[in-house]
Amino acid sequence: MPRHADLTCDISQTLPIPLKAHFSCQAGEVLAVVGPSGGGKTTLLRMIAGLTLPQQGQIHCGEQLWFDAQQSISLTPQQRHIGYMPQHFGLFPHLSSLDNVISGLDHVPKALRKQRALDWLERVNLHGLPDRLPAQLSGGQRQRVALARALAREPAILLLDEPFSAVDKETRERLYIELARLKQQLSIPVIMVTHDIHEALLLADKMILISQGRMLQQGKPFEVLSHPNDEAVARQMGLRNIFDGQVVSQDIERNITQFTLGDELIVCDSAPTLEIGQAIRWVIPNQGIRFNAISSGRLCKSINKLEVFIESVLIMGESSRVIASVVGIGSIINADVPTHLVQKLSIAAGVQTTIALKSDQIHILNIRDS
Amino acid sequence: MDWQALWLSVRLSCFTVVVLIPLAIVVGRWLAYRQFKGKSLLEALIMAPLVLPPTVIGYYLLVGLGNQSMIGQWVEQLTGQQLVFHFSGLVIASIIVNIPFAVQPIQRAFETIPIDIRDAAACCGMSRLRIFFRVELPMIWPGVLTALVLCFSHVLGEFGVVLMLGGNIAGETKTISIAIYDSVQAFDFDSAGMMSLVLLLFAVSALALTTSMSRRLGGHYNASPR
Repeated sequence: MPRHADLTCDISQTLPIPLKAHFSCQAGEVLAVVGPSGGGKTTLLRMIAGLTLPQQGQIHCGEQLWFDAQQSISLTPQQRHIGYMPQHFGLFPHLSSLDNVISGLDHVPKALRKQRALDWLERVNLHGLPDRLPAQLSGGQRQRVALARALAREPAILLLDEPFSAVDKETRERLYIELARLKQQLSIPVIMVTHDIHEALLLADKMILISQGRMLQQGKPFEVLSHPNDEAVARQMGLRNIFDGQVVSQDIERNITQFTLGDELIVCDSAPTLEIGQAIRWVIPNQGIRFNAISSGRLCKSINKLEVFIESVLIMGESSRVIASVVGIGSIINADVPTHLVQKLSIAAGVQTTIALKSDQIHILNIRDS
Repeated sequence: MDWQALWLSVRLSCFTVVVLIPLAIVVGRWLAYRQFKGKSLLEALIMAPLVLPPTVIGYYLLVGLGNQSMIGQWVEQLTGQQLVFHFSGLVIASIIVNIPFAVQPIQRAFETIPIDIRDAAACCGMSRLRIFFRVELPMIWPGVLTALVLCFSHVLGEFGVVLMLGGNIAGETKTISIAIYDSVQAFDFDSAGMMSLVLLLFAVSALALTTSMSRRLGGHYNASPR
């Protein structure tokens, strides 16, 4: 059985749902599979686990061939030796926490199983509850038991399906930290399915974005966020500020591209080679938008300054959603601004202010033929 | 009180459930997990004894298992024994009539096992047999128990089919239901009342036990993560 081996997956199918994916995940790496519900994320995970079979392709774990449609090779989930945590944890309801973990220890001599299971429960910070049935545990505790059971198998790969979706927000925050810690100790590929982009940004080394069974983009989470391939990716990543423009000039040597937004001239760094006059779509993430301090009347020092009219400010706890229209153009800017900054900068509905778009955060999108 | 008839009914019930329940577990599991063409038709066939009049089932069994039928002749050649008007015929009839009472609760019980649990079991490295015995069987126990009690009680109370196929031969095919009918025909209401009371008490206590045990066993996983 290969350990600490990379996983490579190149599979496709047309039925029952279309799905096409090609990616690899190195040992010690956390790969997040992100996308909307019904996009094929769980199906992909089940294919890697051997719980469902793709029509075409190959899946390798190190030197071991897990699946090959052409050679009709398909190892069972038992043979693949994986750790799998389903969305609702899949705990055996009639077995105690301890027995649930012991269920994943068939590869260990019987005499050692109990102590090994107790050790794993300790490692996931579940103390003193080995005799409890799953129904007697909280969501977070159940998640820990499921994780202990998956890891107890000493798997070649760890598969997590929406690991945080069934727990409350407070528990989720705590579990993020625990998984981030655990990640440093694991030297196997970890594939985590999630619909939450923030979980990918927080925990993953790499992500693939999947929608309607199609892989839209893969890469480091912050790279995908700051350089989405196209508008579909940008929207999946939660980017709302996507605009039309027309190229005015481009200086390849200095890496400067100028284009229009209505009558305004926008400058951006590092754009692909474009033709003058070419119509483009461009995006700017939230962190690329700076608001002027209205109360002090201080102007932004940055380039790409735009006069905006604040349409609404919606306070949502620590963050506020500011919706503003560009004066004279009408384009709508959405920005999530820390609430304390909203108060400090006196941003309020009905006032006019200046914003600046950071040139290094502006990204020009590819036009996808769909 | 016709003790011989009661004993025959209990024996008939025991034989029926011993054969039928394991069969129903296999069929119920298959129906719960598999999707195939004609599944609805097969399910309708399995449920048919629930809606058919017992006399109709009895008639078809009499024709299908009688001396003139292929099965009847084959069994007679093999064992020298007729199926109709014989205890073995009653066992076969009881099994057929009780298929829906056995299969349906067990199929539903299998259907309630979340796919997450079955997936997790396979990924824990358990073999199919081990998954069945260690995970599925403990989870479907309420369904099995319900099927067992329903079948047992139903066989005890079966009248129409037994009369059509087995007649009324004391010690061979005369069950307690037929004994009650006989007693009423003979105006022996004391005996009929006593036997009816025994059946009533059995039915009520069996159902109470099933409900209570199902609740207790079901409680283990009713609160499982959603």
